Amino acid sequence: MNCRSEVLEVTVEARQVEEAMLALLHTILLHRSTGKFHYKKEGTYSIGTVGTLDIDCDFIDFSFVRVSSEELDRVIRKAVSEFKDALSNSGSDGMGQISLEFYQKKKSRWPFSDECIPWEVWSIKVNVVNLATEQERQICREKVGEKLGEKVINVVEVINRHEYLPKMPTQSEVDNVFDTSLKDVQPYLYKITFQITDSLGTSVSTTMRRLIKDTLAL
Amino acid sequence: MHTVQVIVQARLGEKICTRSSSSPTGSDWFNLAIKDIPEVTHEAKKALAGQLPGIGRSMCVEISLKTSEGDSMELETWCLEMNEKCDKDIKVSYTVYNRLSVLLKSLLAITRVTPAYKLSRKQGHDYVILYRIYFGEVQLSGLGEGFQTVRVGVVGTPVGTVTLSCAYRTNLAFMSNRQFERSAPIMGIIVDHFVDPPCISQRPATMGQPCNYRAPDEDDGGPYAGVQDSQEVCTTSFSTSPPSQLYTSRLAYQPPALAGAAELCHPAANPNQMHAGKEGGVVLVPAQPAHGADAHLTAEHAPNTPGSSGDDDGLSQSGEGRRDEGRRSASPSDPIESLNAFTRKIGAFVNKPNTQITAASLDLPFAAFAPRGLDSEENDPMVQPPDSPPCPSPLQASLHSQGSESSGPQDDFVMVDFRPAFSKDDLLPMDLGTFYREFQNPPQLASLSLHQLQSMADDLDSLPEKLAVYEKNIDEFDAFVDMLQ
Repeated sequence: MNCRSEVLEVTVEARQVEEAMLALLHTILLHRSTGKFHYKKEGTYSIGTVGTLDIDCDFIDFSFVRVSSEELDRVIRKAVSEFKDALSNSGSDGMGQISLEFYQKKKSRWPFSDECIPWEVWSIKVNVVNLATEQERQICREKVGEKLGEKVINVVEVINRHEYLPKMPTQSEVDNVFDTSLKDVQPYLYKITFQITDSLGTSVSTTMRRLIKDTLAL
Repeated sequence: MHTVQVIVQARLGEKICTRSSSSPTGSDWFNLAIKDIPEVTHEAKKALAGQLPGIGRSMCVEISLKTSEGDSMELETWCLEMNEKCDKDIKVSYTVYNRLSVLLKSLLAITRVTPAYKLSRKQGHDYVILYRIYFGEVQLSGLGEGFQTVRVGVVGTPVGTVTLSCAYRTNLAFMSNRQFERSAPIMGIIVDHFVDPPCISQRPATMGQPCNYRAPDEDDGGPYAGVQDSQEVCTTSFSTSPPSQLYTSRLAYQPPALAGAAELCHPAANPNQMHAGKEGGVVLVPAQPAHGADAHLTAEHAPNTPGSSGDDDGLSQSGEGRRDEGRRSASPSDPIESLNAFTRKIGAFVNKPNTQITAASLDLPFAAFAPRGLDSEENDPMVQPPDSPPCPSPLQASLHSQGSESSGPQDDFVMVDFRPAFSKDDLLPMDLGTFYREFQNPPQLASLSLHQLQSMADDLDSLPEKLAVYEKNIDEFDAFVDMLQ
């Protein structure tokens, strides 16, 4: 199956990285989460409710909506702050990419472990700039807010094309499609990875390691 | 129904927070926790009147901004349309259901992106955001030119395709609505009930009067005629109204600059907007009374003179604070000059520092004719009409002709931007310029007024006595402090 891949690019200041990533990742996850499934006896299920929460950004003139699940927020924040640290430690001109990948697990026979087959990948390319004056920062605040707004509209457009989505699973299969580890919402199975590109544009060991791990995992 | 709820809630000005619950309550459609505001549901049902959206019958929610003076401006129109293209492939209802919930989620996301969201978060006593639900043809004329459209989503169903889109205005210069009191109120106007409306909300029956909006071509006779008509209308109505009314509506002013100046201007790529935003830094809440029916005309809006005959008085009184009505009407659409124009109020009598524009002393946009000097307004033939004609029309005609010769790249009466010395940036709202303008006339310090001086002297005198008393009670104080620890 072909995996859908979308790329978003943003240029931000160092202190805006976290909020920008959170905004975009949460927006995507909002659309890709449902309430918790409660399977009933006859093979039917009922779905819980997803609540939403408005978040205002401090460093960007922007507000976004996210799923009101603290656990999910924690997970995302952790990933984003790792990304941010990696970016600032890389010491390069600050280009990196964070990817949110939705996948399905396919059980394989022993001795092979489960396969993860992605069906949608969102890559957010980040370019960090350093600004000198307060005025430039103010402009940047507004501009980044506008850009993020455009990205949200892009995301919504893509999602509303209603292309492939995994089928609703039966009770036994639900873990292959959804992430059931959270208490209050159930997003599709996802993973977040990132890579930092140094100034030469070549990717650093993180990606290589990941590639090797994936091939070995098969 | 839910789309309406989402849209309206997004514009309430509050942050929305709902909780996820793992167990379904059964009454949450689309599995999204959207609290229903009963009033909104009621309004929506009323508008729908039992029908469902169909071809040519879309359900629209219009969001508009209304200032405390009664001027209003449409900000966005959200439309839920349905057309006949049935998607026969979709047979399974839960797919449709899921897609519809994705649509609602997208709506949630998009409502935070449009410029109106920021405006609605800042609403308060200066302006409120209103919504109106109507059913029928989409009317986009009220959004000004250059409005943008965002498609939130499309869902195909076996009975047709549902499309949800939003058209939002990008030109945020505020245009006054002259024909305000002349039109019948549209049914279904609901004031956002979280904020008290300062006055009855009314809207012209026809949206988007040409004279209220920017006419790209100032020499166009069309809008002109409209303008003249409205002026005549206005003048006749004014002649009977008390002197404190008046004048305003022709004013266009910037919606409460407040903190929102920057945001108001930035969504539009229009360079005019930038200016508007900047100028707005000077203009605080305009305190001009709306004319006609909606009024909270307050007597404090000093003797504004009635439009027709009072023009001369108005003109002479304010001196440089005079607001040029004719000019306004001449180019009602120019955002900059509109801003400028109305800051000149007859502020001579005004002593409310914040909410009213203290007239002449305020640095006015005309100061932007910087090359000619800051106080050039008095000599500026464009500012002051050569004579004070009783009827605005000839005034407007003459001014208009002057206007077309004015400097400035845009439409008539555009101010050249004020460039303070040492400021280097010519693209952006110049901090220095804005600052300079804003603080050219600060209100007088309270402590400097005579009355205050005296009381201060009294206070100072009584200090030694107070100190003596405190020293006597020192033990009590110590005990108190110990108690706190």
